[in-house]
Amino acid sequence: MTTLSSAVDLLVPTSVAEAVEAFGDGAGVTVLGGGTILTPEISQGRLAPGRTLLLTRAGMAGVSGDGTLTIGAMTPVAALADGTPEPLASAARNVGDPEIRAQATLGGNLCAPAGGLEAPRGDLAAPLVALAARVRSAGAGGERTEAVEDFLAAPEGRLVLAVEVDPPRAGAWVAQRRRHTHAYTLLGVAAAETADGVRIAAAHAGARAARLVSVEAALAGGAAPAEAAAAALDDVEPHDDALASAWYRARILPVLVARAIDQLRGA
Amino acid sequence: MNLIVNGEERAVASPPLTALLHVLRDELGVTGPKAGCQQGGCGTCTVLVDGEPRRSCLLPLAAVDGAQITTVEGLGDLDDLSTVQAAFHARYAAQCGFCTSGMMLAAHALIEHNGGVGAELSREQVQAALGGHVCRCTGYVKIVDAVIAASRGDVEPSVGIAPIPGEPQVETPGAPA
Repeated sequence: MTTLSSAVDLLVPTSVAEAVEAFGDGAGVTVLGGGTILTPEISQGRLAPGRTLLLTRAGMAGVSGDGTLTIGAMTPVAALADGTPEPLASAARNVGDPEIRAQATLGGNLCAPAGGLEAPRGDLAAPLVALAARVRSAGAGGERTEAVEDFLAAPEGRLVLAVEVDPPRAGAWVAQRRRHTHAYTLLGVAAAETADGVRIAAAHAGARAARLVSVEAALAGGAAPAEAAAAALDDVEPHDDALASAWYRARILPVLVARAIDQLRGA
Repeated sequence: MNLIVNGEERAVASPPLTALLHVLRDELGVTGPKAGCQQGGCGTCTVLVDGEPRRSCLLPLAAVDGAQITTVEGLGDLDDLSTVQAAFHARYAAQCGFCTSGMMLAAHALIEHNGGVGAELSREQVQAALGGHVCRCTGYVKIVDAVIAASRGDVEPSVGIAPIPGEPQVETPGAPA
């Protein structure tokens, strides 16, 4: 058994304001949400947190709002499966299994480490990109709200507080999983018909969620789904990881994109 | 920090980020939950936290400080098996037993949260709820049968176990009647 240092400076804030203050600029702070991603890293000695911010009592969970939804960062993934718009709801329902979904959080999923040879995590970024969601975060320079793609481009030093989602006219989620022990999604496609047109994003095609702008442009130009879907490989370079090869991802990404478009139109 | 383990309050000295699984097994000597994959993917570490099934290998102690923890040891005794335990025994739903603790705790919670004993569950409900639990021995059929039987309250092992729809009728020499 790995011996853990007792020199963990544990902070358990009981309000959002306390959490923001305890986080500061995030330097040297390990943030624990649900714990599903970090706990094995800690148990197996790959991560040795010093200053640790445990958010389980900070009152950061919950879905509120009429029209535009505000979803707290500590909202369990299971709670997103009902009562949030597609494609977020279906993507949430697809994560792991019921026990994982009950413990994992929206914020943790959004901040999941990307890439490398690990199993792919962080499915929910792609549906949020498709929905043109916004992330409210705290950190150096104070609180700010920005497009989810902008947040994902520079997440270091930010504490996710909430995500804002405008309900789309329609949404679709298509995923490819391998029915192995860990049931991770090896590739997913999220599509949404927003007020600004159709947005499509891929989960785990590359290391990070990728917006498929070439597919969107092809559709806007009148291309049929399969033709538009072929353009997906112009937007992302598939990668190898623990679950699937780049070759496999490149083969099936256009198939999933075409299915997502069909599903969106049929919705 | 402290935990209420199977109804008994226990003070714990493990560091605050120790996984609950290791607090239970290594500090408290409660070895019902198993260290399988230790990554949350197999379900052998599942315990109930305030009545809800959770992966104890994924929970830091600090996140469950003060919580009610139920392990398989808290479900019943050899002389007084719980409904789920009796059904697993009668239906031959355990072979090596490594997954069994997690399976039974998840099944117990599923039944409790869906009308209790007497409200029969469907195969789909059981498979969805226990979908994160891996078994290398049984092929799952008898586990699902046992959970359905428990949900029905059909757990008299001695006489006349009612057949479950879809259950293959196979004579297994040496299996409990």
